[in-house]
Amino acid sequence: MGKSLFQKVWDAHSVRQLPNGQTQLLIGTHLIHEVTSPQAFGMLREKGIPVKYPHRTFATVDHIVPTNELAEPYSDPLAQAMITELRKNCEEYGVKFFDTTTGMQGIVHIVGPEQGITQPGTTIACGDSHTSTHGAFGAVAFGIGTSQVRDVLATQTMALNPLKVRRINVDGKLAPGVYAKDVILHIIRTLGVNGGTGFAYEYGGEVFDNFTMEERMTVCNMSIEGGARVGYVNPDETTFEYLKGRPYAPKGKDWDAAVERWQSFASDADCDYDDVVNIRAEDIAPTVTWGINPGQAVFIDQSVPKKEEGKTVSERASIAEALEHMQFEGGTAIKGVKVNVAFLGSCTNGRLSDLREVAQYLKGRKVHPDVQAICVPGSQGVSRIAEEMGIDQIFKDAGFEWRGAGCSMCLAMNPDKLVGDQLCASSSNRNFKGRQGSITGRTVLMSPLMVAAAAVTGEISDAREVFGILEPATV
Amino acid sequence: MSLKEISKVTGRAVHVPGDDIDTDRIIPARFMKCVTFDGLGEYMFYDVRKDADGNDRKHPLNDPSYEGASILISGNNFGCGSSREHAPQAIYRAGFRGVIAEGFAEIFFGNSTQLGMPCVTAEGKDIEKLVAAIEADPSTEVTIDLEAKKIRFGIAAIDCEIREGARSVLLNGHWDPLQDLLASEEQVEAVAGSLAYMAEK
Repeated sequence: MGKSLFQKVWDAHSVRQLPNGQTQLLIGTHLIHEVTSPQAFGMLREKGIPVKYPHRTFATVDHIVPTNELAEPYSDPLAQAMITELRKNCEEYGVKFFDTTTGMQGIVHIVGPEQGITQPGTTIACGDSHTSTHGAFGAVAFGIGTSQVRDVLATQTMALNPLKVRRINVDGKLAPGVYAKDVILHIIRTLGVNGGTGFAYEYGGEVFDNFTMEERMTVCNMSIEGGARVGYVNPDETTFEYLKGRPYAPKGKDWDAAVERWQSFASDADCDYDDVVNIRAEDIAPTVTWGINPGQAVFIDQSVPKKEEGKTVSERASIAEALEHMQFEGGTAIKGVKVNVAFLGSCTNGRLSDLREVAQYLKGRKVHPDVQAICVPGSQGVSRIAEEMGIDQIFKDAGFEWRGAGCSMCLAMNPDKLVGDQLCASSSNRNFKGRQGSITGRTVLMSPLMVAAAAVTGEISDAREVFGILEPATV
Repeated sequence: MSLKEISKVTGRAVHVPGDDIDTDRIIPARFMKCVTFDGLGEYMFYDVRKDADGNDRKHPLNDPSYEGASILISGNNFGCGSSREHAPQAIYRAGFRGVIAEGFAEIFFGNSTQLGMPCVTAEGKDIEKLVAAIEADPSTEVTIDLEAKKIRFGIAAIDCEIREGARSVLLNGHWDPLQDLLASEEQVEAVAGSLAYMAEK
């Protein structure tokens, strides 16, 4: 019987079985940011423990960075204190920091791949649940808490229990106007927000074979919203092509050896999965959330559910709570709901391909006068290339605010926040109550092009209609 | 360094109803603008407990009859969302020492275990019985017995479950693994040496 990528990577990184039965797993690549690392450095300092392999930790600043002020000190002294603390910790412990002045700063899950730090067959950890993004490269990547950040800094290892592996095949062809974001929202809606607890999700099938790296990242990114701590795609030529020539990717002779090694980590054809789920690409339409968790989603032409449609007492309670928060009436169409803010960005959909896809349709269109639309590139690198391509101008001409790189309104730890009960069409990953900075704020998750459609029309819309994307003729 | 062996958590309990209570709800992101975990307890469930003006809402966590509770009870998929350890830290620092729910999100569960705060699951119908008992008498003493995998309250008891690995680290005082991880430096170096990318700078 063959092995899955998860099993192979796990075996290659296992140090030993701990007395408590957990596995001590080597974490080859450690990514840190300003929110979840300072306490970990504090714990090391308190105990007088050094960082084991400083060259295998990479830092950036993303959550608290303002996207509309460049100069320090920032107007928020707490934000300033956090970036100062990270700078100090990186300097003291010899950790590479992609600071705001380097031109390489950005959201940690965008910077890692962009720099070629994220590689197949590796283990990656970061104090951020969207670390699963890096699984797009065939890495096993864990979101961790701060005590584990401390463990990785101190020992380059963590104590973990192995996960089961669920293979999710998406076969067939996605219709025009249906994106990676719709695929993952559909998977979460189908399997539930806790359906993946205890599992690593291995995504595969024709759709993933044809996906670009950036599309694979969008799907892997939201694995945790389905309860799966780890999500990955087996590495292939698309992966290697993406990595080739990136700053931290192996060069010359080392490159060939690396590719050979990386290929060997892909799941064996005869490996035994703990579960297999098959989804047809043709069954997926543009998907939007209507509630307060990412599994509460419908296709754009569907209605939000009525409370009575819940199958259990707790599901009915969840629907009622969500409808109340969203100010939606059960049974009404999601299309046509008024939008106040359009947010394009985040580690889910703040990459160059997301911006480029939107720009080609946004050209010559105008943001609705009642909508504030902001575009936040995921990294300074994305921003720079977009500006070289003139994409920023298309956004600005349309009436979008073109901002600096960071997490921004995905979780509103910087000044970008919803106000009152504003409704936001958002390309981010979480629609939890209060997530975007206002207790009563409302978030509707969707693909970047659907965000653009909402920005232009002022209401939740079908991007295929707004931008004239035609369904292929059915045979 | 040997840590406290945790075989039982005893105290009064409070019920925070609902499924899929996420870590943004437990500790809103704006309270994470800090470089230590100190003081987070005050902000636990802040937006659920307070209205926009900072006044108390009607909520079990504001109800004086549950003041001093050290066991939190909730629904399914508790602690979903962000990996922020700020969430279990806030709960712990608000005085809680154990959580009972129908289910837990993976990362929250691990973070809590590593703090020495047991998270045990119980069947929905059993949790209903427990909640009925504490609502009838908020002074009811509740015990999570990790050894017997039981939750006892008054003369009643219900079954609970916890992943065996977590149960054993709590019982034997190894819930914070740092000392164990530090103890195998040579083995770590051997594995690191076998992986080409570990040499990349």
